[in-house]
Amino acid sequence: MPEIDPKRLDLAAEYRAKPLGRHSPELQALLNVMRRAENCQDLILVSVEPGKWVLGQRLPDGEPPRLFTDKVFNRVEDGEWEAFRRRWRALAGEELKLP
Amino acid sequence: MKTPSVVGYLDRLFAHAGEELTVRVSVLDPSRRYTAELVRMICGETGPKGPGLKEEKIAAGLAEQYEGIEQPTPVGSYAVVDRLPPLQAAEVSLLVWPTLPGRSAQTLVHLGALRLFLDASGAAALSLGEGTISTARPLRPCWWYRVTARYDPRTGAASVASSPFEGPHNDRRAASKGRLQRNARLNAPMHLAASPGPGGGTADHFYGKLESPRIRSGRLAAQWDFARGMGTTRIEETSRHRLHGRTVNAPKRAVTGSKWNGSIHDWRQDPSHYAAIHFHGDDLYDACWKPSFAIKLPRDLKSGFYAVKLRASGPAFYVGFIVSPGPRAKRAKLAVLASTVTYLAYANYRRRMTPGPFELAMGALPTVDMTDILLAEHPEFGNSTYDVHRDGFGVSHASIRRPLFNMRPGGRFWNFAMDLCLIDWLEHEGIAYDVITDHELHAEGAGLLKRYRAVMTGSHPEYYSLEMLNACDRFLAGGGRFLYMGGNGFYWRVTFPRAHPGMIELRRAEDGTRAWAEKPGQYYHATGEYGGLWLRLGRPPNALAGVGFIAQGFDASTYYRRTAASRDPRAAFLFESIGDEIIGDFGAWGDGAAGLEIDAFDDKLGSPRHALVVATSENHSNAFLLVNEEMASNSHGVDGTLNARVKANIVFFETPAGGAVFSTGSIAYVASLAHNGYDNNVARLTRNAVERFLDPKSFAVPPG
Repeated sequence: MPEIDPKRLDLAAEYRAKPLGRHSPELQALLNVMRRAENCQDLILVSVEPGKWVLGQRLPDGEPPRLFTDKVFNRVEDGEWEAFRRRWRALAGEELKLP
Repeated sequence: MKTPSVVGYLDRLFAHAGEELTVRVSVLDPSRRYTAELVRMICGETGPKGPGLKEEKIAAGLAEQYEGIEQPTPVGSYAVVDRLPPLQAAEVSLLVWPTLPGRSAQTLVHLGALRLFLDASGAAALSLGEGTISTARPLRPCWWYRVTARYDPRTGAASVASSPFEGPHNDRRAASKGRLQRNARLNAPMHLAASPGPGGGTADHFYGKLESPRIRSGRLAAQWDFARGMGTTRIEETSRHRLHGRTVNAPKRAVTGSKWNGSIHDWRQDPSHYAAIHFHGDDLYDACWKPSFAIKLPRDLKSGFYAVKLRASGPAFYVGFIVSPGPRAKRAKLAVLASTVTYLAYANYRRRMTPGPFELAMGALPTVDMTDILLAEHPEFGNSTYDVHRDGFGVSHASIRRPLFNMRPGGRFWNFAMDLCLIDWLEHEGIAYDVITDHELHAEGAGLLKRYRAVMTGSHPEYYSLEMLNACDRFLAGGGRFLYMGGNGFYWRVTFPRAHPGMIELRRAEDGTRAWAEKPGQYYHATGEYGGLWLRLGRPPNALAGVGFIAQGFDASTYYRRTAASRDPRAAFLFESIGDEIIGDFGAWGDGAAGLEIDAFDDKLGSPRHALVVATSENHSNAFLLVNEEMASNSHGVDGTLNARVKANIVFFETPAGGAVFSTGSIAYVASLAHNGYDNNVARLTRNAVERFLDPKSFAVPPG
């Protein structure tokens, strides 16, 4: 059973428009679910050079993060959005598609 | 996507013009070649909304290229006894409180060829050459045991036993006997908590506490009492032979021992309750790298932020340091007090790279760069005081004698990199300044500050010793002018252990916004000082700066709005040429001057009643949470959208001696100074404050 409502695309749209900063209570509730230890996928943003970011995954036992180098972002906000999409997919069980 | 392939460190965090610096370098690049430059740092990497990296190469007679080696780093604490009489049949015993049994073999005592250890299963075992006997019963973590081994070189007869201390759920005794090779020599040195390793190093480090090791052999009865010599590197032997030893890599002392039962909390009251030492395989006091080259600093070198910029393949590695005025140097009227103690507390911060729900506290993904990734690839460079050791216990020590990954202009926009925003602004404005350091403040006291008419802090002067705090108080009592240019300052107590120059000690005691919590009974530092928040030690930051830590969030910043009090004639100088009601709705960090960690006025916590709160932030995000030390118990409604206390205050007040204090209450503030080509109301407000604070005309506390 999905832990988030896949029909709430309005919340996804709100996040995409402003991933950092003040959110509506409903979006914040959704983010709190996504960011729980068991749901957050231990994601991290890694600056591979100034102004270039990739997502990574934090690993246990002192292992260095694993870098996902297939997508390079020019803005932190774009990396945050990709993390949101990954978590949506895992929790809603379907790809996030916004118009 | 490369990491730096050369790293280094200095033997200090600050130096004076004309002095010589020893640079220690380890080259990871297979070519073993690298370049080095001396650079003056003017601005760090600010991202697209700031001016970006600015550095100036300084001629210092350095070679065009250097050849180096990859230097080993002897990580892991232990103790060693260098002198012992010849031993025959011997009984070795000690008290053991393992914290990570069953992960790998861990040495308890290594004496000549004889090794008493916890085997890979966590059971007490004894080995000699190829032979091993084991109790085959793993010790439980965090429980006291007496572990005893006997060996007779004439016959090879050997035994090992582990006996748990009594308790409601205690384990049971386990023992094993057997024969090991004969005629082994039991000679010095004796290692505790590690074995001698290849190349003069050590291996198989023990995680946990050891107490009261004993050797009985013939007429010798030697016993080491770790309750003696607290705060030193000595381990004292109590027999007439005085077979004292020493600790290496600063294991934690003043920790609860086998006798501790909660009745004592100050180790000085009864040190016998604190007769243990906590060893960690990831403790590092001194990397002991060989010197690589020296830099003679030019005699006319301007005071400021500097770095030795090392480069092989991949990005440069910056070895940051401060050049402060020497004893005979002509001083500027204004000093920037670089937060070198806080830089050190944060150095080698690994926690951001470990799994966990950090965004619930931060409101954004953790961010790192390729230099941080290099740190993650090298656990031997030690931890920050924000990390926990591999056994889960908090890191209390931070030393300068190792590569420091945050004394640089890039990476996290924080500490050294963030404070460069202030330097960049001062340079742009043409305001003459010196840079002095926390470390000098601790050593020299108020005399250092009294050389200046005004002193401005960096963006986050969080870690303070009692000596540093007293020096600031005395500076104000003598009429000094103080500009607190940040947030969450004067927060944690740190101490400077005399036996470990260049190291600070921290105990995250009682309460506070903590990366980890100190264990019960261990709130007193090895110096004897009670650790924790200055707020809880009766010296709240509000009493010094007019504001104290109130909330934090790491997603976005916001702005301040002027208050009615900003119209008070006493504050007129601050707002000269500023017509705006909104201050700082821009900036290189989070698009606002009020963000990251923020402070507020609170007269119940000592903010002076006559202080003027001239601006207050508003509209903080959901990520900003009221700090837990401001609540008696947890509750809903503590975030920036719901809680009226979540705000930063800009505060001004005069002192009775004719001085004054200006506090910005936000780490992000300095990242707004450069906005719009340095023409903005944050820069104007700061300029107005600095100009008046440098004017010798006295301030006066208002009547009443």
